[in-house]
Amino acid sequence: MRYHAFLIKYAEIGIKGKNRYLFEEKLCDQIKLALKRCEGKFRVARTSGRVFVYCDEEYDYDEVVGSLKLVFGIVGICPVRIMDVVPPVELKNAAAEFFGEEYPDRHLSFKIHTRRLVKNYPIDSMECNAELGEAVLTAYPETHVDVHHPEVMLYVEIRERIYLYSHIIPGPGGLPIGSSGKAMLLLSGGIDSPVAGWMVAKRGMKLDATYFNAPPYTSERALQKVIDLASIVSRYTGPIYLHNINFTEIQLYIYEKCPHDELTIIMRRYMMRIAETIAKRTACEALITGESIGQVASQTTRSLAVTNEVCTLPVFRPLIAFDKEDIITISKKIGTFDTSILPYEDCCTIFVAKHPVTKPTAEVIRRHEQNLNEKIDEMVQRALDTDEILVVDRGHVRRLKAREDMLQEGQ
Amino acid sequence: MEKEVYLDNSATTKCFSEAAELMNRIYLTDYGNPSSMHHKGVVAENYIRGAKQTFADILKCSPRNIYFTSCGTESDNLALIGAARANRRAGKHLITTKIEHPAILETMKFLQSEGYEVTYLDVDEYGRVDPGAVYDAVRDDTILVSVMHTNNEIGALEPVAQIGEAVKRKNPGTLFHVDAVQGFGKALIHPKKMQIDLLSASGHKIHSPKGVGLLYIGDGVKIRNIIYGGGQQNGMRSGTENVAGIAAMALSAKKLYDQLDEDRERLYSLKQFFIDEVTKLDGVHVNGLQGTDSAPHVISLSFEGVRAEVLLHALEEKGIYVSAGSACASNHPHISDTLLAIHTKEKLLDSTLRFSTSVLTTKEELQYTADTLQELIPFLRRYTRQ
Repeated sequence: MRYHAFLIKYAEIGIKGKNRYLFEEKLCDQIKLALKRCEGKFRVARTSGRVFVYCDEEYDYDEVVGSLKLVFGIVGICPVRIMDVVPPVELKNAAAEFFGEEYPDRHLSFKIHTRRLVKNYPIDSMECNAELGEAVLTAYPETHVDVHHPEVMLYVEIRERIYLYSHIIPGPGGLPIGSSGKAMLLLSGGIDSPVAGWMVAKRGMKLDATYFNAPPYTSERALQKVIDLASIVSRYTGPIYLHNINFTEIQLYIYEKCPHDELTIIMRRYMMRIAETIAKRTACEALITGESIGQVASQTTRSLAVTNEVCTLPVFRPLIAFDKEDIITISKKIGTFDTSILPYEDCCTIFVAKHPVTKPTAEVIRRHEQNLNEKIDEMVQRALDTDEILVVDRGHVRRLKAREDMLQEGQ
Repeated sequence: MEKEVYLDNSATTKCFSEAAELMNRIYLTDYGNPSSMHHKGVVAENYIRGAKQTFADILKCSPRNIYFTSCGTESDNLALIGAARANRRAGKHLITTKIEHPAILETMKFLQSEGYEVTYLDVDEYGRVDPGAVYDAVRDDTILVSVMHTNNEIGALEPVAQIGEAVKRKNPGTLFHVDAVQGFGKALIHPKKMQIDLLSASGHKIHSPKGVGLLYIGDGVKIRNIIYGGGQQNGMRSGTENVAGIAAMALSAKKLYDQLDEDRERLYSLKQFFIDEVTKLDGVHVNGLQGTDSAPHVISLSFEGVRAEVLLHALEEKGIYVSAGSACASNHPHISDTLLAIHTKEKLLDSTLRFSTSVLTTKEELQYTADTLQELIPFLRRYTRQ
């Protein structure tokens, strides 16, 4: 076995005061969950402010690192070699050998960093740095030491055993899923909403999602596309409960009763209302949208304000100040882009007016919504009753028959 | 959903139950490999022998002219690429039409990238190719002409016999390929009489399973295999034969051709009935010719002021399955080559649906579909993008 363990680096969790152990526990849970799918036996242990994944059996390195790279909260993954405590002479050989294996091309500057946690080791940390540095230099004359700006570091930790590591593979950062509660994502088939969900999840929030379909104007394949997107995001977040809501009736009613240039904005107000109702029912503490200032008419500052006023839960809009290009970059990174651009109509674009309002005022919109008074409440109720819940977890989809099932599952 | 009316038979058909039962028997009992030397192998081989004879009877040719493939697309690929490669020395020019299935058009594009020259012929407003234009296009170095028997989108019937005659009159060496995926099982096709050298057909369009196709190769036609392996089917198409699929396709084909005249008559009258019912609505246009000048099973209709995809899903909610454009070509909504080629009005391009019937379609089903359209069209026209 080339590496016997992985040292997991996490940044922010370390500074959360008394709550720190809670975050660390969540992180360990998420790591265990991620490793469940990997071949081999692993132990996740917290020791003196560090999280280690010990590999007890043969494992697939790429598979393990690939899985850990999806776990929010991890800043770095360091593959570690563990050896018994040996005298300095032997440690020098071992360190040089390890260095050689880690860097096939050794034209680089390095620095040794030793932590001696077992104080009875014959030489102290400073001496160790010097001795091991000399050993590496002797073994590989093409290297040189640079203690200020080294290109690579070789870390040595002397504990009950000796740990050697050098590479730090970047993780996604953020906070472990579940450490910040749960939020309801308004998921369309576009590029933005999956990215928005991913970003909030990265801050430790578990995700549920609401999708509005409008048959016959949207197709079953459009729903499949949304399921596929949720499935990709669930690689990072774990299972997503996707609520599929039939919005046709409401949309047609708004079309009939309200000015066409306000169609989208009124529609979005009802989507927010419905999503919030489901959110409250399922213990979500916030809503998430993929809106970004000025991207389309319904996302001008004024439009956002008008949409926002129908909600009491906080609405998280992580992309609010992002340019489209930046959003696309993230969507490519997390793997949703290719699915997002498949050409299926979503229900926001069906009846979109040629010139929708860009500077709506709440009073006017509210007044026009009055035109819906006769039937809208029952329609909203009916829409809520259409709620079909799909539990999406990495390519596996399970349909819950009724909301009761979900409640029994501890939602 | 209680009611189901399947009117997308040009995309694929329901298997005849006899065909499905036969496959079941072959999978569970007669599952031998036709190349095996023992009894089980012989039994399997006999299914293939029998199927070849069935197709030979239908096409009025010899069983040695029949080759089995995995689908219509493979048959087209084998015909075009195989003929192009075998006849490279005779020339590098091929001819086809603008309304062919992608199995032809994309294969032609590939051949162009390999250095062949391809002429794409126009069609008239009903989707028909002029045999005179084919005659003019054939040159000394033309190695193959490929024209479809029945268009999959609007049901245009191509004058294949006249085209075959024109091709051979101009250049007896030029091969004539007919993509009969939509026409086989719906019309009598006699390759020798029509001077057809290569003919493609597909199993799942004629009430047998997906995964089986057929290529007729005339005597003396030079063609090179494109798949290499164990040398099955005289080396023309290596790979263990899909015994169950082949046997089922033969059974279905025989059943269709045994009652072809009655079925054609019934399908044409159903088609006329449906068109009469639906055109009672304003703003409905029939694409292509009608009556026996068109295919008996394909009805292409354009509905003014209605988006095809929306109407398709609205019909689906009522249990009626149809297609917009050419369903077996792509999942993506795209502008149809055929509709463009017949110069469909721009505003109707996105408003066109295809209703395709089969011998299993009933008058009641079409009545229900027509009634449903009467109800849906006015409703959908109320809600449009502004």
